[in-house]
Amino acid sequence: MKNIVKISFRNLMRSGRRTILTASLITIGVMFVLIYSALAGSFKAYMVGQVTDSMLGHIQIHRKGYIASVDNLPLDKNLNQKQIAKVTELLDKNPYIESYTFRLKLGAMFSNYVASTSLRLNGIDPEKEAMTLPLFASRVQGSDAGMLQEGHILVPELVAKGMKVAKGDTIVLVATNLKGSVNGLNFKVAGTVEPISGPGGRDGYIHIKDVQKLLRLKQAEVSEIAIRLKNVDDLEKAMKSLKPLQMMKNQKDKPVFEIHTWKKLSPFYNIVKMLDLMDISIKIILISIVLISVLNVMVMSVYERIKEIGTIAAMGTSPATITKLFLTEGLMLGIFGTLLGSLLSYLIVIVINSVGIAFSFGRQDDLVLNPVLHLNEMLIVSAIVILISLIASISPAIKAANLDPVDALRQN
Amino acid sequence: MLKNEHVTKVYKMGEVDLTVIKDLSLSIDDGEFVAIVGPSGSGKSTVLNILGCLDKPTEGKVTVEDVDVTQLNRTELAHFRGEHIGFIFQSFNLIPVLSVYENIEYPLIMIQNLPEAERHERIMQLLEDVDMLDQKDKFPDQLSGGQRQRVAIARALVTKPKIVFADEPTANLDTKTSQQIIELMRSIQQEFNTTFIFATHDEKIVTAVDRIITLVDGVITDDKRVAS
Repeated sequence: MKNIVKISFRNLMRSGRRTILTASLITIGVMFVLIYSALAGSFKAYMVGQVTDSMLGHIQIHRKGYIASVDNLPLDKNLNQKQIAKVTELLDKNPYIESYTFRLKLGAMFSNYVASTSLRLNGIDPEKEAMTLPLFASRVQGSDAGMLQEGHILVPELVAKGMKVAKGDTIVLVATNLKGSVNGLNFKVAGTVEPISGPGGRDGYIHIKDVQKLLRLKQAEVSEIAIRLKNVDDLEKAMKSLKPLQMMKNQKDKPVFEIHTWKKLSPFYNIVKMLDLMDISIKIILISIVLISVLNVMVMSVYERIKEIGTIAAMGTSPATITKLFLTEGLMLGIFGTLLGSLLSYLIVIVINSVGIAFSFGRQDDLVLNPVLHLNEMLIVSAIVILISLIASISPAIKAANLDPVDALRQN
Repeated sequence: MLKNEHVTKVYKMGEVDLTVIKDLSLSIDDGEFVAIVGPSGSGKSTVLNILGCLDKPTEGKVTVEDVDVTQLNRTELAHFRGEHIGFIFQSFNLIPVLSVYENIEYPLIMIQNLPEAERHERIMQLLEDVDMLDQKDKFPDQLSGGQRQRVAIARALVTKPKIVFADEPTANLDTKTSQQIIELMRSIQQEFNTTFIFATHDEKIVTAVDRIITLVDGVITDDKRVAS
């Protein structure tokens, strides 16, 4: 094998410029895939972190049917005390769960005594909300999110601007409860909260006890339970562990709860899927580059060396050895390109991290990407390139091995 | 011992069948120094290819070293050639990416798989025999035609073949070098009792051999032994 490698290497170096050109193509392709993957991975991790840690949590539990009509913020699909108790019992025992928080959501009218607008109100337990959504506090300005007191409100930033209200102002929230009774309460603006992405965020926050007062509820109710996991990679396992809740039936033999992961709840998951799809597309382009360039070089290599192949075949070199010689050449091209591509990608990622690339997403500016080159991604890309190089060499290698020595020796 | 029995070779040229060798029977003993001569297109190279196990006859039987080679498949034929047969070509056909030493070493590594010590001993001896010891690290493009043919001879002999086939081995060499090469092959034949079979037009070879087989249109018209 050592000699096959030696001869193959020298044959590659015989057309040094062509070999370097082809290996460079592979190198550029590998770099493109690895750097894209590192950047997209960093972007995904950042945005998923933002979505789950400042708004959604990793998993949410609702009463069955809530999500289907979530835009209306229905009050008749809230979880009652008994149901809350059942969920709490299970969540407290669950090993995957770090914390959870209750939310009571409703649509309300927001008035500054001059004008009014609609608001999506979230009744929260500030301490639990801060524990479950560690980045929630970063969205709040003018107040400590964990310290949101009863009688205070965090107004969506855009609504605050539009309605010209500022911290310390008093406003009125008006809401209608399930029985049709309208109630209004005064609140003091504690601060503003910026939307997670893009304009149009109308989510305001008040204490959950204030919602109970506003809706004149006699018993505690909850529209949403947001859960934070100890490790987000355990998402599927955690979902499995919550199966007993999903299986729970009411008297009409219908499911009581519905449980969703952040992937189902956030439109950002579609962007994640799109990034993954682009990743696959780029890999397919890489495969095509490697396949075409290696195939091209190997076919040329066989045609240039027909007489030489005839000579070694006449001397007694077996067809299997001739196949091995050409397969090794293709394989070496792939290995050179991959090694160089991986090394350069590694260096470029270090440079990107030291320089720091900032980007804007929605209303968020100066988000800095921290690309990471994962070893398994490097190994997968390397394996793909090397395998494709080998596959691209099969046909020319077989052609070389099947050459008739007499015909081959006649070639000039 | 090499034997052709009623060998016919027909090539298909589109719709037309071209018979290159017709019912040819021939026997060559060990250690013979034989030239196959004849005009261009007489079938010399085809006979050489069939005897050298590079090509198979359309009809007839070819026995080399008591083996009916017409029954062997591609891989078996390659193995058989590697063990028993050496080739010397008109244009030398050295592997350009290998040095003189490595070119001679090639069949021992890739075909016979000999241990390094034995390889080295054989190669050094042959390099001395063909007077190329001081050129052993050069590459083919750094050598003259005569030097390349010496290397090709050493490569053909390194596996200790019983038979060496040489197709126009002096065609690309000047008169003086041709004479040296013929003398070299003659001395090797005498030393190792190696059978040499030439396909040639070269008078210098024809006058040097022990036996001359004349082919015309794929048929032996003359087969004579001469005193060298």
